[in-house]
Amino acid sequence: MLNRQGRPTTPGTSVTAAHLTFTGNKALAQIEPLIFETGRLDVTGVDYAAPKPFKSRLGGLERKSEIGLPGLSEPEAMRHYVRLSQKNYGIDTGLFPLGSCTMKHNPRLNEKIARMAGFGDVHPLQPVSTVQGALEVMHTLSHWLMELTGMDAVALSPKAGAHGELCGMMAIKAAIAAKGESATRNVVLVPDSAHGTNPATAALIHFAVKAVPVRDDGTVDPKVVAELAGPDTAAIMLTNPNTCGLFERDVVAIADAIHAAGGYFYADGANFNAIVGKTRPGDLGVDAMHINLHKTFSTPHGGGGPGAGPVVLSERLAPFAPVPFVRHTDEGFELVEDTDQAAQHGAHAFGRMTAFHGQMGMYVRALAYMLSHGADGLRQASEDAVLNANYIREGLADLMSLPFGNRPCMHEVLFDDAWLKDTGITTLDFAKAMIDEGYHPMTVYFPLVVHGAMLIEPTESESRASLDLFIATLRDLAFSVQRGETERFTGAPYHAPVKRMDETRAARSPVLKYTPPEPILDAAE
Amino acid sequence: MRYLPLTHDDRAGMLAKIGVDHIDALFADIPADKLLKSLPKLPAHKGEIEVERVMGRMAARNVSASSAPFFVGAGAYKHHVPSTVDHLIQRSEFLTSYTPYQPEIAQGTLQYLFEFQTQVAALTGMDVANASMYDGSTGCGEAVLMAHRITKRNKAVLSGGLHPHYAGVVQTLSEMAQADVVALAPDLLAGEDLLSHIDETVSCVVVQTPDFFGNIRNLRAIADQCHTHGALLIAVFTEVMSLGLLTPPGEMGADIVVGEGQSIGNSLNFGGPYVGLFATKSAYVRQMPGRLCGETVDAEGTRGYVLTLSTREQHIRRDKATSNICTNSGLCSLAFTIHMSLLGQTGLKRVAEINHANAVALADLLDGVSGVSVLNTNFFNEFAVRLPSNAAHLVEQMAARGVMAGVPVSRLLNDGGLDDVLLVASTEVNTDEDRAAFVEALKEVL
Repeated sequence: MLNRQGRPTTPGTSVTAAHLTFTGNKALAQIEPLIFETGRLDVTGVDYAAPKPFKSRLGGLERKSEIGLPGLSEPEAMRHYVRLSQKNYGIDTGLFPLGSCTMKHNPRLNEKIARMAGFGDVHPLQPVSTVQGALEVMHTLSHWLMELTGMDAVALSPKAGAHGELCGMMAIKAAIAAKGESATRNVVLVPDSAHGTNPATAALIHFAVKAVPVRDDGTVDPKVVAELAGPDTAAIMLTNPNTCGLFERDVVAIADAIHAAGGYFYADGANFNAIVGKTRPGDLGVDAMHINLHKTFSTPHGGGGPGAGPVVLSERLAPFAPVPFVRHTDEGFELVEDTDQAAQHGAHAFGRMTAFHGQMGMYVRALAYMLSHGADGLRQASEDAVLNANYIREGLADLMSLPFGNRPCMHEVLFDDAWLKDTGITTLDFAKAMIDEGYHPMTVYFPLVVHGAMLIEPTESESRASLDLFIATLRDLAFSVQRGETERFTGAPYHAPVKRMDETRAARSPVLKYTPPEPILDAAE
Repeated sequence: MRYLPLTHDDRAGMLAKIGVDHIDALFADIPADKLLKSLPKLPAHKGEIEVERVMGRMAARNVSASSAPFFVGAGAYKHHVPSTVDHLIQRSEFLTSYTPYQPEIAQGTLQYLFEFQTQVAALTGMDVANASMYDGSTGCGEAVLMAHRITKRNKAVLSGGLHPHYAGVVQTLSEMAQADVVALAPDLLAGEDLLSHIDETVSCVVVQTPDFFGNIRNLRAIADQCHTHGALLIAVFTEVMSLGLLTPPGEMGADIVVGEGQSIGNSLNFGGPYVGLFATKSAYVRQMPGRLCGETVDAEGTRGYVLTLSTREQHIRRDKATSNICTNSGLCSLAFTIHMSLLGQTGLKRVAEINHANAVALADLLDGVSGVSVLNTNFFNEFAVRLPSNAAHLVEQMAARGVMAGVPVSRLLNDGGLDDVLLVASTEVNTDEDRAAFVEALKEVL
């Protein structure tokens, strides 16, 4: 077998197995111990002069014990973390088709701007007169978000998507309470296809969760919603486009059914990136929707955060938005920081989601991204994201199984594992084999409504050539499945920094921190 | 558009391959009357030069902490962060990676999370720590809900020394989750009687040290009282650097320790993103919110790390999860870990000493100003001063003179009758000149 450079790839021609190294390292692949194994307690990599003698005022609560944390000199720290970074796959490494997570390009201009002293080095409680530019960023970002969603208000402060869900559902709860319906209106409808955060959020604030079965085509049936909705319905939490990568085509009828029952329409905006500039949630009957700035608006995922989850609100929920919020007056921008102040402006703020004013560092990055794209570029990005996903669908539809038929998808395409049936190869095995081919796997086993789900989201950041190679690679893997080359999958990954990890062992007897080994005692002692 | 690789010809060719003649054919599920016919009423795309100019103009309207003698704290602190930290966290493989669901190609993230958890556990004096929360305040809210799960009670008692924003977050979350909160009155001098509020109905007591007003609190008696009555002690801090010098909450009997980690590794960022630190006893680990990283081995027995105990989490448990949290504060926890690895205990102790020394020096100077008195008998790097006039007004006057004097307590507690109290913080970045400027400006405006 030859690869695309015409070099042989047949196993057995390799001689590496015979040449184990002394260090265990393999050229650029370095084994890196924990800092606790290399650092020393008396070392520090930061130079500070000792303070002049002074009288301590710690009230007798000085630390008596050792902290027990070693330090590293600067070159050691540099090397340690550079080596760790080299064991990670990022968007800049290669195609990262993690469905629902939107691993799009993270522009470095955004990073540069977020580090301007006027943004990065500003304290949240400085006098408001000294942070007018920061408040202007918040105000401008809000304007863009309202314009793009067609909604009436924004609560910026939630710290991540799930926190935004919580904020939106709290606003709904507050609105229900204001109508005196708290005792009776306490059920939230959640489709089976929803992100796990939806039911978890509803349950966290004591709503009862009622599941909405998804119909055979992967979408929610408004008739089912109408049947389930009633005087006890507080809200529906609907992701649109949904987690099957499909636009809920009956969204307006679903909204009508919920509103007719007196409930609210919460939209999970995790997939808003597919429809920016194409349609507006505000026109679809949405009452509240969070927006993951780290998905749609390119702020970095950073290995799991920090995120940012502003929530847009309809006119009837707007008064309940939490503090703080920014007001633009003739004298400039002002910050409304507590509920009493909010009341003076006629608002019924339900409370506070977080200390200070939210993820300013992410607001700056998202706004820089919006300004860069502009209205035209944002719409183009959505169109390209959808085009790329459909291009992959078309390229793989004959080999992999599409649970809802071969019809257009939005920004992500969902396959199931029907095509792997009786091969001895699972979705997980297939994903791990993709690692060997230099790709990050797609989202696997989510959504739960299809068996062995594989959710592929290429984003708009991929070129056609990149997609062509990706499709060719997955086709090659699929042919390999057909040929019964099981080992290529079940033993994968073969070429990652580590082999397949034993997750069961980690959970059975959790080791959650480093503990120094017992000192080895000299036999003579 | 520089971020979009597809050309016009690519798009046309791809549409043809898919078998549709127009991009809107792929959006056919959007009701026709809801498909936008024109672009949103927003400006068109811009090049780097223009974006930087527009954003730079807004940045220039803010006074940065480094450009003035700076004494603002109250839960976020201006510290020196080594240059190495920001360089490393911008490495692509850290910056553009995702939550480490595929551990074989995420060992970098997982190993630093394991290091982070070890560091946080050591600093707080606790058994285990999670992979971070959004920030200290949201972590505090989660800690209260966790205590309710453990004790099967639902009443939290909040000390009057708890940061008002933290108390606000707990109150909002509790009200929504139908749990009870007893919030004690603002406790300027750490004189409140918490013990009398602890009984068999109480799930947890939330106490901050150093508290919002800067007082250092001994938690031992409160811990004992809690444990006598089957309640948990949640210890909170907003200045993690204090743990370099102070007895950690774990050694004073705390059951859950939660706080803000911004001071180590992270810039002020006008309030976020920050990094919440969350630690507890081993016995409670399965009730913890948030991500956890654990050690394991790969198929060949090589040590490695994975996310673990995820059966607590929303993606598995849905409405039965311990919390709805899906992310941690990844990159901010990396910044924390790198900075902490550079400091080590030796460096942390040193920088904490400098913080304390600078605060003591400033307190002595301010005490010497006529009409001004420092209220704390003890403190770490922040303390409360009583002024002969309105603190909010004074802060504006001081800012006009180029000195960022601190936080007027009334900004966070507007009905506390504390209009004349100012919180003043001093860290390792302050110099003798800064302090002299403070005193000079203060004398001018008083």
